[in-house]
Amino acid sequence: MSPNVWENLGEQTLHSIRVYLPAGALFGLTLTVGAYLLAQETQRKLGGSPFANPLLIAIALLAVSLRMTGMSYADYFSGAQFIHFLLGPATVALAVPLVESWEHVKRSKKPLAVALLAGSLVSAVSGFVLVRLCGGSHQVAVSMMPKAVTTPIAIAVSQHTGGDSSLTVVFAVLGGVLVAAVIEIVFHQARVKDWRAYGFAAGTAGSGIGTARVMEMHSLAGAFAGLAIGVNGVVTSLLVPVLAQLLHNW
Amino acid sequence: MKNIVQSVFLLLMLQLMGEVLHRLLRLPAPGPVLGMIILAAYLLRRPEAMESGLRRVTAPLLNNMGLLFVPAGVGVVEVFDVLRRQWMPIAVGVMGSTLLALLVTGVLMQWLLRQSRSFPGGESNEP
Repeated sequence: MSPNVWENLGEQTLHSIRVYLPAGALFGLTLTVGAYLLAQETQRKLGGSPFANPLLIAIALLAVSLRMTGMSYADYFSGAQFIHFLLGPATVALAVPLVESWEHVKRSKKPLAVALLAGSLVSAVSGFVLVRLCGGSHQVAVSMMPKAVTTPIAIAVSQHTGGDSSLTVVFAVLGGVLVAAVIEIVFHQARVKDWRAYGFAAGTAGSGIGTARVMEMHSLAGAFAGLAIGVNGVVTSLLVPVLAQLLHNW
Repeated sequence: MKNIVQSVFLLLMLQLMGEVLHRLLRLPAPGPVLGMIILAAYLLRRPEAMESGLRRVTAPLLNNMGLLFVPAGVGVVEVFDVLRRQWMPIAVGVMGSTLLALLVTGVLMQWLLRQSRSFPGGESNEP
């Protein structure tokens, strides 16, 4: 092959790259990954504090950047959507940890089922009712309902029931950070000592962020938290649309 | 699952199947959740399918899930006014419902596990 051919090929490739990812979109994509790296670094520097959640920091960094540069969310998302799209396959992938902890599920089916149903029902209903009682809008209340479940599922459920998925993500992160921060104090007061109950509650109320916290404490708690995420994903995505329908007029 | 491309295909295929089921049968669960249920059912029947290839694709997705939520979360700039005007109901809603869910699930599950002694495993470890 003559060197000439390689030159042409290089030009063509560059040309296609420009067509597929225009500068603006590439900017949004690169900025997203960069902000997340910076956020992870920040958490490490702060000694892994649960309040310094990387997701929360990255969102804040990017929100400020967009305000400062005047870039619209639509322009930003034209690049960031390539990361957003991965939430779908990631949700499907949650089947793997679910199947891995299946032995535990079989051994304590009834306590698991009752506690999970109660927990997800309380989370969805109390979220809605508290927002409405304090004078919040119907949309905010609906967006609050699926927040305890793992975020890709929460986003899908929120969109499906007429909530705002951006609000739901912010609520989910805030709820998860809260669980990670207060679980030790709360369960010390409530005398919850069984690691299975400890982890399962962390996963049900605080999904991924709560799970990461109890994983540091005990592996059994971590396994049950992961299990709660998987099962709660199914339960909440079936339960919340029905609840949203029932509460439609309030 | 022999290689990575097969595993990627499996995940996308199941998500697509979930979307189709969601639309055709008007199921309340979103497409990716239905895909997850199908994959879980498949893996329970054929555990050997979990080995190697599939984990090589699911592990990076699950281990870096925080990153995947960022683009949707940045949508907060679009709802900034809502947050500013309704910060009080939002704060009460997030804190109240999260603490209630945590307490109800933890206390109830510990009580149920104690009721039946047939569930040995993780009792009474002081955190």
